[in-house]
Amino acid sequence: MSQPSIAPETAHGATSGHSQRGYRIGTILAIILTAVPFWLVMSGVLHDAQTTAALIFAMGFAQIIVHVLCFLHLDTRSEGGWTLLAFLFTTVIVVLTIAGSIWVMYHLNANMMPMPMPGGLVIPAH
Amino acid sequence: MTDHTRLPSDAAPSWHLAEDDDHDSGGNGATVLGFWIYLMSDALIFASLFAMFGVVRTNYAGGQMPHEIFELPLVALNTALLLASSITFGQAMPHIEAGRVRATRFWLAVTGLLGAGFIGIELYEFSTLIAEGAGPQRSAFLSAFFTLVGTHGAHVTIGLLWIGVILVQLGQHGLSQPMKRRLICLSMFWHFLDIIWIGVFTFVYLFGVLR
Repeated sequence: MSQPSIAPETAHGATSGHSQRGYRIGTILAIILTAVPFWLVMSGVLHDAQTTAALIFAMGFAQIIVHVLCFLHLDTRSEGGWTLLAFLFTTVIVVLTIAGSIWVMYHLNANMMPMPMPGGLVIPAH
Repeated sequence: MTDHTRLPSDAAPSWHLAEDDDHDSGGNGATVLGFWIYLMSDALIFASLFAMFGVVRTNYAGGQMPHEIFELPLVALNTALLLASSITFGQAMPHIEAGRVRATRFWLAVTGLLGAGFIGIELYEFSTLIAEGAGPQRSAFLSAFFTLVGTHGAHVTIGLLWIGVILVQLGQHGLSQPMKRRLICLSMFWHFLDIIWIGVFTFVYLFGVLR
């Protein structure tokens, strides 16, 4: 049979890239970054919705990065850098989709004439 | 016979070696990369659902507001269950690499139970909301909420099914190279769902109650 005996190009498989230390650090950070936002919102210690919103947004963002690095083991070497490239591309599209939609639709809402709804309600412009 | 089937570039045909090569840990590369690309495309599905939710999150149509219907203690418990399941899956990883079947099955079963608890609480939450008249047909906000959270829940349910299949297969095949590859893909899938949930509890539940 014709089986070319080529060693697979990737020297760094997902199995060998696993490190227990990374997992431990990730676990501790993930627990902190989950507990603090819930505590902030449920106790209402800050008395300011905007500061709280900014803080929990930042912590959610940080937790996503922690999970990607420590649990999914994204780095520059895996699969010759293709996982990182795919991830960065996806991140760009995700940010464009979410931020773009909200931005455009917010302005659309804000510039609309108030319209009477069946329930007699006016569309809230935030 | 040998020569004319070989492609000029040595790197090109290496992907179909993944099934054949039992010894090389790098043989998982193509499958892992392919699964990663699937996860990225799944992330795009969730991105569009998040975008939809972000656009209509204040369109209550005179119906229930988020702070009236969301119970944060329940959401916190749910979040803790899913995060714990991600951590217990992490506990299985060194056992998978070392080829210890019993320990792998134990941590996988714990992960599955935590995931089942998550789905149970989510179904309870959905049924309570629908019983209160806050079903998906009530307002654009609730439609988007049920679509986004329901899609995530469907993914977790598939993950539970997958864990069940792997548990059975571990009994039959042990930790062979294909099984290790499947477990790596499953762990990526499970961690990915936890990442999506970070977005859900931050942007849907916490932001919703905050306003």
